[in-house]
Amino acid sequence: MRGQLTNVVVAGLGGQGVLRASDILADVALRAGFDVKKSEIKGMSQRGGSVTSDVRFGQAVLSPMVPPGEADYLLVLEPTQVDPHKHYLKPGGTLILPDAVDAGKLPNKKTLNVALLGALSAHLPLPEASWLDALREAFPAEFFEANRQAFLAGRNGPTEKK
Amino acid sequence: MPSSKRQLLSGDEAIALAARDAGVALGTGYPGTPSTEILERFSELGGLGQWSPNEKVALEVAIGAVFGGARAITTMKHVGLNVAADPLFTVAYTGVSGGLVIVSADDPGMASSQNEQDNRRYAVAAGVPMLEPSDSQEAYDFMFAAFEISERWKLPVILRATTRVCHSYTVVQPREPNGAPNSPKFERDIRGRVMIPANARPAHRRLRQKLAEIEAWNESSSLNQIIPGSRSLGIITSGISFMHAREAAPDATVLKLGFTHPLPLKKIAEFANSVDRCIVIEEGDPYLVDAIRAAGIKVEGKPEMYRFGELDVPRVRRILHRDTSPEAPKPSGKPPQLCDACQYRLVFDALHKRDCIVAGDIGCYTLGVLPPFEAIDSCVCMGASLGVGLGLRHVLPADQARRVVSVIGDSTFVHSGISGLVEMVYNPPPDGHVLIILDNATTAMTGHQEHPGTGRKLDHEPTTKLVLEDLARSLGVKRVHVVEPRVGANDFERVLDECLASRELCVIIARRPCILIVKRLRELELRDQEQCECEKKEAPCAAS
Repeated sequence: MRGQLTNVVVAGLGGQGVLRASDILADVALRAGFDVKKSEIKGMSQRGGSVTSDVRFGQAVLSPMVPPGEADYLLVLEPTQVDPHKHYLKPGGTLILPDAVDAGKLPNKKTLNVALLGALSAHLPLPEASWLDALREAFPAEFFEANRQAFLAGRNGPTEKK
Repeated sequence: MPSSKRQLLSGDEAIALAARDAGVALGTGYPGTPSTEILERFSELGGLGQWSPNEKVALEVAIGAVFGGARAITTMKHVGLNVAADPLFTVAYTGVSGGLVIVSADDPGMASSQNEQDNRRYAVAAGVPMLEPSDSQEAYDFMFAAFEISERWKLPVILRATTRVCHSYTVVQPREPNGAPNSPKFERDIRGRVMIPANARPAHRRLRQKLAEIEAWNESSSLNQIIPGSRSLGIITSGISFMHAREAAPDATVLKLGFTHPLPLKKIAEFANSVDRCIVIEEGDPYLVDAIRAAGIKVEGKPEMYRFGELDVPRVRRILHRDTSPEAPKPSGKPPQLCDACQYRLVFDALHKRDCIVAGDIGCYTLGVLPPFEAIDSCVCMGASLGVGLGLRHVLPADQARRVVSVIGDSTFVHSGISGLVEMVYNPPPDGHVLIILDNATTAMTGHQEHPGTGRKLDHEPTTKLVLEDLARSLGVKRVHVVEPRVGANDFERVLDECLASRELCVIIARRPCILIVKRLRELELRDQEQCECEKKEAPCAAS
C-alpha cells in the first residue's frame, strides 16, 4: 500500500486568493520532497463565483481530486463557503476559518489567504523555511514582508476550531 | 528557465514545455477552457504562439507549417475541434511532413462549456492516431511520442486531454530539449497534398493502410502499460480515469491505455482473458467499451448514469460495486455572475425591459441569462446568435419578429459571426434585423486573450486591427452605430429603440473595454507610446 496522504481543500470566492494559497501549499510540499497534486475548477473564478482547490501530498498521489469525506483540512476564506464545502471534511477533520487568525495582526485584508496558510502550517509536517521560501517566490519582493507577517500571525495565532 | 528541474506543472503547462523542448516552430489555436494556457505558456517560454480567428484557421495554418517540414501544434477546447473538423478529416488523407499534434482539451462535466462531447470519437471518425495522458508528466512525455508517431507515419496525431489533466498540477521531470529533427523546406508533393478525387481515392487507401500498421505497432507500444495486481479484478482504463481507478481499487490488475486509437485489441483480449472480472472504467462516452465489445472481447462497462459528468474516486467505487442507486446531489456553491461594474448589465437590462427575443452567443455575456436580466433566449455554439436570430426573424409573426435581436461578443464575432453577418445582408428578413456586438476589447471569458479586433497579438504586441464597424459597412450594412453603454447615459437605449423601429439591417457596436483589463490596456498603450518615441529618435531604446 502507498504511504499516507494529506488532503487539503481550500475554498472561497473569486478574487480571494484561493488559487494562490493552494499554489503556495503545493510548492511547499514539493520543496519538502513529497509527491504533490493540485486540482481546481477555475473557469468562472473571475466572475465572483465559488472557487475550490484541492491539494494532496504524500509518498505517491493518484487522483488529483480530494474525495468527499476524505479532507484532513478544509481552509475556508469566506464563511458563506463553509456549507457548500463541509462535506469534503473527514470525520474529525480540521476546519480552518478566517477567525483562526487575529484580523488586527494582519498587515492588510488581502493577506488573509496567506494568514490561513500560516494557521494550516501549524498542523503540517512541512518546515517553516520551505514556507518562507515559497512565499518569497510567490509574490513580488515588495509584498514579501507583509505576507511573511500574515503567515506568522496565522502560524502563531488563535487555535482553529474543530 | 532551465527545464531539467523537477517542477509542479499543470497539464497545459507541461504540453507547452514539451512543445518548446521538442522544437515546435509554430503553435496556433483559439482560446477555450481548458486549453487556453497552452499557447500562452508556449509563448512565454519563447515559442511562436499565435491566436487565430478560429480553430479552423488555426489548424490550417499549422497544416501549412507541417507541409513546410516544421513541427507544429494546434490547441483548442473540445467544441473547437468541431470548427476545425473540416481540415482535420482531409489532413488525415494528405498526411504531414513535419510532425503535427492537435491538442483537444475536453470538458467532461462542463465546468465551462456548452456540451460534454467526447472527442475520442473524432480520432475514429477522421482516422488519426490518438494519445490520452493521465497527468502532467504523461502530457509532457506523450507530446514527444506524438511527434514521433506523427513523423513516422506522416499523420496528424490528436493529444486528447480533459479538464482534470489540463488544470491539475502534478510533478514533471522534463528531459533535455532536443529540438526538431528537420529544418523547414518545401518539397512539392502534388499527388499527396492536392485532394482532387483522383488523388484523394488512393490517399484514403493509404490512410487505412497506415492505421493498420499503427494498430500492429501499438500492440507492443510502451504507451500502454499493465500494472500487476490481483487476478480477481481487471480494469481497462485511460486518461484521468486511470488515477481514480487505481485509488478506488489499489489491488486490481490494470491495463492503462495511453495510445487509444487505433486500439491494441490483441493486447486487450489477452488482458481480459487473464482476469476473472474485467471492467472498463472510462469517463464520458462508452468509447473503449464499445470498441472492445465490437471485437468480440467480453468486458463489463459502466452503468449509463456514469456517462454524465466527470468521474472521481467515489464514482469509480460505485461503478466497481455496480451501484446504480441515485447519487447525492453536490452542494452548489455561489454561481458566477456578470461583474458588478460590467457594461453589459446595462445592455441586458435594456433588452429585458423591451421584452426582446435574444439569440445569444458564447462568452461571459451568456451570464445575461441569469436573473435579474433573463435576457438570453438561446445559446448554441460560437457565432450561432446571427443565424438563429435571422431564422427567428424569417418565420415569426411580425409583432414577435421585430423584437428579435442577436447578441455576440467581439471575439466570438470574429471567430464565426462574420459569415453570419454576410448571411444577414444576403438574405435580409422582411423587417430587417438588429445585431448587437458587445465589444469589450478582449476575449474575456477565457482569461482576456487578444484577438484580431483588439489590434494585438497573443503576446500583446501591436498588429493590424480589424475595425468592426468598417467591416460591417463594407458588407453593405447601412445602419452601423458605435455606442458606449454607460451608467447615467441613455445613448445605448436610444440607439436600440431607433434600430428596433427602423425595420432595416442594423449593427450596434456597444464598445467599452472590460473593466478587468483597463489597467493592462493603459500599461500597454504607455509602452507602445514609449517605443514609438524611441523609434522616432532612432536611438537605442531600453523600453522594449
